[in-house]
Amino acid sequence: MSTPVPYAEAVAEFEPVIGMEVHVELGTESKIFCGCPTAFGAPPNTQVCPVCLGLPGSMPVMNAMAIESTIRIGLALNCSIAQWCRMARKNYFYPDMPKDYQVSQYDEPLCVDGYLDVTVPTDDGPMVVRVGIERVHLEEDTGKLTHAGGATGRIHGADYSLVDYNRAGIPLVEIVTKPVTGTGALAPEVARAYVTELRDIMRGLGVSDVKMEEGSLRCDANVSLNLPGAEWGTRSETKNVNSLRSVERAVRSEIERQAGVLKSGGRVVQETRHFHEDTGVTTPGRSKEHAEDYRYFPEPDLVPIAPDREWVEELRRGLPEQPSVHRARLAEAWGIGDFEMATLVNAGVLELVEASVAAGVAPDAARKWWAGEFTRIANESGVEPGSLAVAPADIARVEELIASGALNDKLARQVFEGVIAGEGTPDEVVAARGLAVVSDDGALLAAIDEALAAQPDVAEKIRGGKVQAAGAIVGAVMKATRGQADAGKVRELLLERLGVSDS
Amino acid sequence: MSTPLERDLIRQSAATLAEAIAEGEVSAREVTQAHLDRIAEVDDRVHAFLHVDGQGALATADAVDASRAAGEPLGPLAGVPLALKDILAMKGVPTTCGSRILEGWRPPYDATVVERLRAAGIPILGKTNMDEFAMGSSTEHSAYGPTHNPWDLDRIPGGSGGGSAAAIASFEAPLAIGTDTGGSIRQPAAVTGTVGVKPTYGGVSRYGLVALASSLDQAGPCTRTVMDAALLHSVIGGHDPRDSTSIPDPMPDVVAAAARADVRGMRIGLVRELTGEGYQAGVEQRFREAVEILEHLGAEVVEVSCPHFDYALGAYYLILPSECSSNLARFDGMRYGLRVGDDGDRSVEEVMSLTREAGFGPEVKRRIMLGTYALSSGYYDAYYGQAQKVRTLIQRDFDAAFAQCDVLVSPTAPTTAFRIGEKVDDPLAMYLNDVATIPVNMAGNCAMSLPVGLAPEDGLPVGLQVMAPPMADDRLYLVGGALEGALRDRWGHLLIEEVPSL
Repeated sequence: MSTPVPYAEAVAEFEPVIGMEVHVELGTESKIFCGCPTAFGAPPNTQVCPVCLGLPGSMPVMNAMAIESTIRIGLALNCSIAQWCRMARKNYFYPDMPKDYQVSQYDEPLCVDGYLDVTVPTDDGPMVVRVGIERVHLEEDTGKLTHAGGATGRIHGADYSLVDYNRAGIPLVEIVTKPVTGTGALAPEVARAYVTELRDIMRGLGVSDVKMEEGSLRCDANVSLNLPGAEWGTRSETKNVNSLRSVERAVRSEIERQAGVLKSGGRVVQETRHFHEDTGVTTPGRSKEHAEDYRYFPEPDLVPIAPDREWVEELRRGLPEQPSVHRARLAEAWGIGDFEMATLVNAGVLELVEASVAAGVAPDAARKWWAGEFTRIANESGVEPGSLAVAPADIARVEELIASGALNDKLARQVFEGVIAGEGTPDEVVAARGLAVVSDDGALLAAIDEALAAQPDVAEKIRGGKVQAAGAIVGAVMKATRGQADAGKVRELLLERLGVSDS
Repeated sequence: MSTPLERDLIRQSAATLAEAIAEGEVSAREVTQAHLDRIAEVDDRVHAFLHVDGQGALATADAVDASRAAGEPLGPLAGVPLALKDILAMKGVPTTCGSRILEGWRPPYDATVVERLRAAGIPILGKTNMDEFAMGSSTEHSAYGPTHNPWDLDRIPGGSGGGSAAAIASFEAPLAIGTDTGGSIRQPAAVTGTVGVKPTYGGVSRYGLVALASSLDQAGPCTRTVMDAALLHSVIGGHDPRDSTSIPDPMPDVVAAAARADVRGMRIGLVRELTGEGYQAGVEQRFREAVEILEHLGAEVVEVSCPHFDYALGAYYLILPSECSSNLARFDGMRYGLRVGDDGDRSVEEVMSLTREAGFGPEVKRRIMLGTYALSSGYYDAYYGQAQKVRTLIQRDFDAAFAQCDVLVSPTAPTTAFRIGEKVDDPLAMYLNDVATIPVNMAGNCAMSLPVGLAPEDGLPVGLQVMAPPMADDRLYLVGGALEGALRDRWGHLLIEEVPSL
């Protein structure tokens, strides 16, 4: 086995060509050919029926929403939508396939020939790369196999294998890019940016929850290397790429590995490879030297799909704004830059901030809560920020209370803690926990006097005009009132008490 | 031994029985029990049934009797028992498709046809024998032994639905369901002197029909009279949202057509390509006589040519195996039915392979191999692709013929029933039995076979095939009803009444 070549060296010598095959599980209520639910995480084989189990005699009926979603994806990716096309059977024997064929599409995909522009940062500023879309087609997902025993976690060498057909028949959209050339050293970033943009488009369309960790968005990365001016090299197809970060790492690692193979005079084998999240490298899987013959033919149990042109145009008119355009518009409206926007996107809270702003929260405040406190709570409890039990209206209400002086920042955090814990609305939490800013001047003055008496030297400094020393007294008062005082108010009273002014 | 009453009950038409049940002259239980008794009496010789569900049939019969006692309205065939081809899924009842590979499988669901039979109060006596996965024309390819023709127990009852046809012809049931992919309802009807209808493709739901060739399969009625076929056809027919290829339009009124039974003013086309060489003399003779009767009844008979029918058989034996190679892939021993070789060491591929090797018979393997080859990359265009073009040409031949004629006619099968064992080792000779029935499956229109006499040379039944355009199934019944009536007038009885007693 050859040694991988360091990345900079690899891309200095070779030109990478990449291609992406992304599978997106559609978020339809029911499966593609039957009425079974599609919810993730149900006990194995509880969301099945004769149709998705492929029992003898059962027949598929196409889910109209799956067609609609596929067309909307195609339109969002600037594809042409077929006037007439058919599903096809892809024949191969494998126990995760209840019928031993997969209903997919072959030479008549629903959407073809589109593109997606993605932006990658470079030293010379952002660069836009146009990724060509070869095709977007619809198919059924397979069941999920779990191999027990054996060293590899694969079917060979396993003691036994379990199969869960809950996933069988979930509508799956396959999006295949054209080969992407000329990206040089940026190939891994382009791959990542493409999948990220695609994910955001799917979210914007509302067609899938696109959770890579749950497999509702799966990515295969094809990589080949060639010398400048030479023909394209043999490609490998890397699977098991389960996060955006992994997309980038997998492409990078493949470039390093293939460069090593080529530099040592070897030959890249056409094969599937498995990416390992822990080590960041790929290992060989199934050889594709001898292409498997899937014996495709048109699915006779389904009628052809002939989307009405007017309907397609209606779907086109109903498309949401492209994520990149949408983000630029938001950034401008909120007065933030690329970096701040990227932070929100990476934290997965952009839509949450948007919803909060729509509910009346100031953009800065919405960003602060979501990118800060809520992201922290979510990370601590290992959930997505979006699944926290806090509604935009709650944030709006808390912000109102802050503005009126009834809450300060620290108390507000406690209110949200209560809301998220299910203790009720912000007002209920405030009441139940007794969280109100102490604004009774008498109580505050008593606390101030107490603090001044405890720190006579500080008091003296302030009297002498060192107003900045007031912080120590304010801090002591805040501590004494367990944060329930309004710090601004305390400061104001303190200065008044000592007969000095702030200027 | 049957009592005279029971013997009489089993020889009635379904329409007569339904009326007697509705009128309270006889109970559904008595009618069902009479047929169960008949099965017990003769099926050791006929072997029409693979599984008899006496309990289930009697429970349905009792429910019909209870409904009637409660004054509830009964369907037109309520309480009249039926034999179901073992290719339709029936909840909790063994469904083998005549194959070892499905031995012991009890479906957890009902086919739409079965649901409709149940809803109509039709007791289902059991599952009938068939060529394995409906591949064959004699039932000799059943893994459970052949069915015998009640006209001569040494002869085949046709296939693949020989069990359903023989059940009807031996008075084990007045009604049966068959399925027809290339003639599996019509050819058995022809060689057993019974009536069989292949409805328009999409006219009867395929949901729950274990697929042989999805684009060709169609379930339909097997009966002794044209009216009984119409009544059963209207029970099982009509749109089913669970079958995407099911036609949403309302089906034609076949019962009214069977009652009208009138061919006056109709133009009937004699298909030139479906006569002559390969057709038994006695078959041709009875066919010509029947055509003369139709003319006499007021139809205009013209000769038409459908030149591409000559290629139908060849194209059929590419399309059918292609689809079947895919449809039968699921029988891999992983989820249900037979599993062979799972000793803890063998790989999943080896177990699949051993299971399929042991579970499928030679004809099934032959067609799976043909189909796998025809769909292979590099051969697809030359085989499957060309066959689809022939299919289009056959459809155009039908379109042209139906532009001139209301219906077309031909002999149903080129010969009368042959002897068991005679063709079983000669696949091509076996395939030729369906030469006249295949074009209709290829085009998706509808056809009926009805008995038109016994061939003089062997005294065995001859069938005439009526073919009509898609969704013009009513025309089959107009012609069939008229011809049946005229023949009954001529003979003084139905042909089936000449069947030897067993």
